[in-house]
Amino acid sequence: MSGEIRFPSPFEVPTPPGAEGWQEMYPYYVLFSEDRRADEENRLWFYNGMHFPEPMTPFDIITAEAAYVAIGEMSTRTFCIPPAKGIDFRILNGYAFISPTPVTDPAAIQERAQLFEKRAGYYYANWRSIYDEWKQKLIREIEQLKAISFPDLPEVEDEKIVFERRGIGTSYDLLRSYHQAIESIYRVWQIHMEIIMIGFGAYFSFYDFCKRSFPEITDQQVTQMVGAIDVSMFRPNYELMRLAGKALELGVADYFKPGAAPKEVFAQLEQVEAGRAWLSEWNASADPWFYMNSGDGFQHHHRAWVDDPTPIFNVLPDYIARLQRGERLERDVEALRQRRDEITEGYRNLLQTDADRQAFDQLIGLVRDVYFSVEDHKFYVEHWYMSVFWNKMRELGRVFVAHEFFQDEDDLFLLHYTEVYQALFDLLLGWSIGAPSRGPVYWPQLVARRKALMEQLRKWTPPPALGVVPETIGDPAIVMLWGITPDRLRAWLTPAEGEGNILRGFPASSGTVEGPARVISSVNELETVQEGEILVCPVTEPSWAPIFTKVRGTVTDIGGVMSHAAIVTREYGIPAVLGTGVATKRIRTSQRIRVDGDSGTVTILDD
Amino acid sequence: MSGELSTPLTLWFSDVGRDARPLVGGKVASLGELLRAGCRVPTGFAVTSAAYRRFIEATGLDRLIRDTIGGLNADDVAAVDAASQKIQQAFLNSPVPAELADPIRAEYGRLAETLGDPAPAVAVRSSAVAEDTEAASFAGQHDTYLWVQGADEVLDAVLRCWASAFTPRAIAYRAHQQIGLEDAAVAVGVQQMVDPRAAGVMFTLSPRSGDPSLVVVEGSWGPGVAVVGGEVTPDEYWVNKVTLEITRKHISCKSHRYMAESRQGDLRKVEVPEDQQNEPCLTSDEVIELARVGRQLERHYGHALDIEWAVADSLPFPDNIFILQARPETVWSQRQREPVAAGFTDPLSFIVRRLANT
Repeated sequence: MSGEIRFPSPFEVPTPPGAEGWQEMYPYYVLFSEDRRADEENRLWFYNGMHFPEPMTPFDIITAEAAYVAIGEMSTRTFCIPPAKGIDFRILNGYAFISPTPVTDPAAIQERAQLFEKRAGYYYANWRSIYDEWKQKLIREIEQLKAISFPDLPEVEDEKIVFERRGIGTSYDLLRSYHQAIESIYRVWQIHMEIIMIGFGAYFSFYDFCKRSFPEITDQQVTQMVGAIDVSMFRPNYELMRLAGKALELGVADYFKPGAAPKEVFAQLEQVEAGRAWLSEWNASADPWFYMNSGDGFQHHHRAWVDDPTPIFNVLPDYIARLQRGERLERDVEALRQRRDEITEGYRNLLQTDADRQAFDQLIGLVRDVYFSVEDHKFYVEHWYMSVFWNKMRELGRVFVAHEFFQDEDDLFLLHYTEVYQALFDLLLGWSIGAPSRGPVYWPQLVARRKALMEQLRKWTPPPALGVVPETIGDPAIVMLWGITPDRLRAWLTPAEGEGNILRGFPASSGTVEGPARVISSVNELETVQEGEILVCPVTEPSWAPIFTKVRGTVTDIGGVMSHAAIVTREYGIPAVLGTGVATKRIRTSQRIRVDGDSGTVTILDD
Repeated sequence: MSGELSTPLTLWFSDVGRDARPLVGGKVASLGELLRAGCRVPTGFAVTSAAYRRFIEATGLDRLIRDTIGGLNADDVAAVDAASQKIQQAFLNSPVPAELADPIRAEYGRLAETLGDPAPAVAVRSSAVAEDTEAASFAGQHDTYLWVQGADEVLDAVLRCWASAFTPRAIAYRAHQQIGLEDAAVAVGVQQMVDPRAAGVMFTLSPRSGDPSLVVVEGSWGPGVAVVGGEVTPDEYWVNKVTLEITRKHISCKSHRYMAESRQGDLRKVEVPEDQQNEPCLTSDEVIELARVGRQLERHYGHALDIEWAVADSLPFPDNIFILQARPETVWSQRQREPVAAGFTDPLSFIVRRLANT
């Protein structure tokens, strides 16, 4: 490699017009700054559109703060992943950019390897029981979070405070509840990374084994061998299928018409016996499965299905129609498992030596267990927990609305969580004293300004990467989850000569398809997608599963072979090319494109 | 089949395997082995090396050969030429005796019956019995007569194949190598003629990386010589050996093809009609079937192969898929590959080593 390969410096990126002053929304330590310029300009930053597909409101970056502390801690300090310290992050023009931190000193790598062997080894050796406990831990966290309440501030405190000699008032309860919620999300992201970082470590090794045995094996073939069949992420969609069946069984199928608003349908169903029976089935599915949110849990406005079923509600008439045609909706799990075993056996038989086969057998045993958790955890944290968390914060938002700090409960998300502390103290001071708080004057104008800033930031498209392309990337998560390799970065940077109409990405789901593109930039536009189109988006989420009954192919800017977009497109057998970096910029809605999910290319067929 | 009990004069491909080489020659023996491996090859029979010996004994050619070649100076080009001409002429002037001609005619009749064609076109090829294939090919024993039709023509072609053991080059070579006349024996294969719509080669690993999980099929219109000789850029199909899915295909512009022009197997280069040049020469079903057969053959032989194939024009799928030849793959198979799991003890230490990159 000669010469340094660079993306634009983070310091060269202009502020979008009308978004001047956006920095006020974020704490100083997540901004690029002159103080750290020398370091910041010389590392790689890439836009993490997989987790943060839209500009971040100030409150929402708590998910990045908690998650990246946890990633760093688990990678660097707890399990000591030999080649990788944590992942740093910055907010630029509202968008999250992340940067791997490699360990380069061979002696340090060796030292870390010894620690890793002992520590991660303990987890690998006890994986199944650890993951079972892990799920219980998460469910307990969710229960505790749900139990947190934000009491109304009374005119006069309950007399119990006096006669029970408590001496501590409601202001403390409110403050403590907020504390508890913040502690809770911090803990949950620690618990999330407890298994995920070393999970990627194990998978990466198996992937590497396969790549060296079969140099041209595609990523999706490796995943096919270890991919879980029955993970929790598929369950919400199955529940929709079940409910479609119930609608037929109970004779209420006619209530579900394409385009009907969920609220109205629910109201109509309430009127009849069979409808009420169906609604109780819906409720049984909803907790917990419809805590699935329409994004990836990292941003408050990606609402859970329980809160707003609109994005998935149209699927019901579609599923009902297919059931009426006699189609089978659920996957044949046994057949899938058998297929996975056949493919695994096929590759195993092609290995060159007995030693290789023995190693393969042992590795795949471990990696299947680990990989199951990597796919399965997501429902518990990103969906179930996070959907409850955002709603819990809305409860606090309503307290502020009651005291005229905010106009809307969601205004809270335009404050950083440390600013919410300030607002809370302002509120508690004013209420306790009986004097006016400054908040009702101070916050609404700040919220209005920030809403306008967010509006401008949403119009901006972040570059796929910034800074310097490193020679190697050793962080298993960066490679496996985001699909970031030096080769990929170079491909983003230099579209090959004469290939102006070809985009390259990861072949994530096999097959080739042609059709009109539908470019969408956020979940709110999902409803515009028409039957037979090819979905082009920054990132897809498994919660979008129902949309995959409509689209013929999928192209994303961001995503690797283990990303959830990859899982769901394979699940639906739709060709997918992920991680193209630039698809949403280069492709326009209704242009004809060809998606080749085997070679990882997208060809724009129309000018 | 007739002749002495122990040494048949003719043998069907389906009755021989690798071990039959001394009797039917390398080419036929390997066709028999391909059949044993379960693939379709153009059907036919061998006129064995025993028949050849019977012929030269019955006609006295054995004496003529000994007398002519005995004491010949291999470096005397003119003398070798003269000897060759004399022997070959004598072969062609010797009628094939009934004890040999009858069984050959009978087998051709059987072939006609099998193929449902009273006078099927066949390819008649010499099939060297010498141990060393390379030497055999040096010895000139590779005459081929294509589009031979009718028993008379077959007999004539067999005779010419026998005579081909005495080209000047073959004579000189044997003299240099001190190979006895016994080893000059020639077997002849008489084989159903396949008129290929498309033909080419396939490798049971990736020629690019040695990846054993791929089968790569290369093909073009007409007989395979254009592909083997590198005269056209063939269509390329990459098939996953495990799942038998086509993972990649590259369709080239195939501007020329060969066409059989004469009995002697002369091929004429002709232009491919323009509307066909950029069309794939194989259907997906054909590609997958070829790859499946390639995988099956690799399992049978126990090593990676370089396979020649043809897809017949006139037959329905999958009866149109023919394997013509299979050789060991040599480029990647001869490389010493470090086992990927070298030093593997347990998954944990493997993971640690991979992550620490040691």
